[in-house]
Amino acid sequence: MDFGPSSPPSGAASTKIVVAGGFGVGKTTLVGAVSEIVPLRTEALVTNESAGVDNLSNTPMKSTTTVAMDFGRITLADDLVLYLFGTPGQKRFWFMWDDIIKGAIGAVIIVDTQRLDEAFAAVDYFEAKQLPFIVAINEFDGAQRFPAEDVREALALPVDTPVIAIDARDRNSAKAALIRVTEYALERVTSQSTSAARY
Amino acid sequence: MAPHHHDEDELVPTAGIVRPYALTSGRTRSSVDLPVEAIIEQTDSGRERDWNGQSQLGTIVAACASRTSVAEISAAAKLPLGVVRVLLGDLVEQGHVRIAATTLTDASSRDVRQDLIERTLRGLRAI
Repeated sequence: MDFGPSSPPSGAASTKIVVAGGFGVGKTTLVGAVSEIVPLRTEALVTNESAGVDNLSNTPMKSTTTVAMDFGRITLADDLVLYLFGTPGQKRFWFMWDDIIKGAIGAVIIVDTQRLDEAFAAVDYFEAKQLPFIVAINEFDGAQRFPAEDVREALALPVDTPVIAIDARDRNSAKAALIRVTEYALERVTSQSTSAARY
Repeated sequence: MAPHHHDEDELVPTAGIVRPYALTSGRTRSSVDLPVEAIIEQTDSGRERDWNGQSQLGTIVAACASRTSVAEISAAAKLPLGVVRVLLGDLVEQGHVRIAATTLTDASSRDVRQDLIERTLRGLRAI
């Protein structure tokens, strides 16, 4: 049997969840904690054109810079594979996010309470794109504990956006974050259906 | 467990390498829509063809021997995502590889979206 390019075998599907956040906040750590493979690395090219307004003109190798993205895989069933993509959170990588988030179930924004400001760009971006996202506070050893409500207020999150505390190194904790964002994405889809039926 | 727990070196200078889009004759867009999570597999034609002399394409087709994603193919071939997508798009059009699983798109219906999210949730709860 031959499947054309637009007609994959019925039922088989692949999907993804995006893991965003600032530099060194634990994106690859979370991906590695739940992935069935050692996180792999792929690269996208940053050109002056694609870097847009926040260009890389002050870096010496502006036309040959690449952005690395680590990703992992979880086989959820014979016919379903979930990919996790850790994407750099800085605003200058938005050109890349447009591509990566297309078709994603949702996103987990990992935050470090010492550097909450690094999450602003990701929050703004996912809100603008209407991609369901949760905020996961990565509680490193010895890190000051922040009540979730303080983080919600500091990031000016909508009341229904889930905010959870995680330890990105811990498999169950990382898994809980993925479950929460998937549940939230499902709630969002279901509420859309309800309002569509009502009006 | 993952041996590399780093988010550092996200910006990797690659000065000195061959300009990657030389492999695609400068084309930066794929003719086929290929999200990073799309699963690709070889066709009989891709499997049987002699890829000698086309090392990059041969590497890409070989990576599709067991169903694998566009992102994994990019990592295996050590080529940037954009370059791999253009080359994979050509290979799909030529019938040497094919897309082996559906993905969500902007055009996916609410039912399709809900079904896939529910399956994902069941799977995550079971692992």
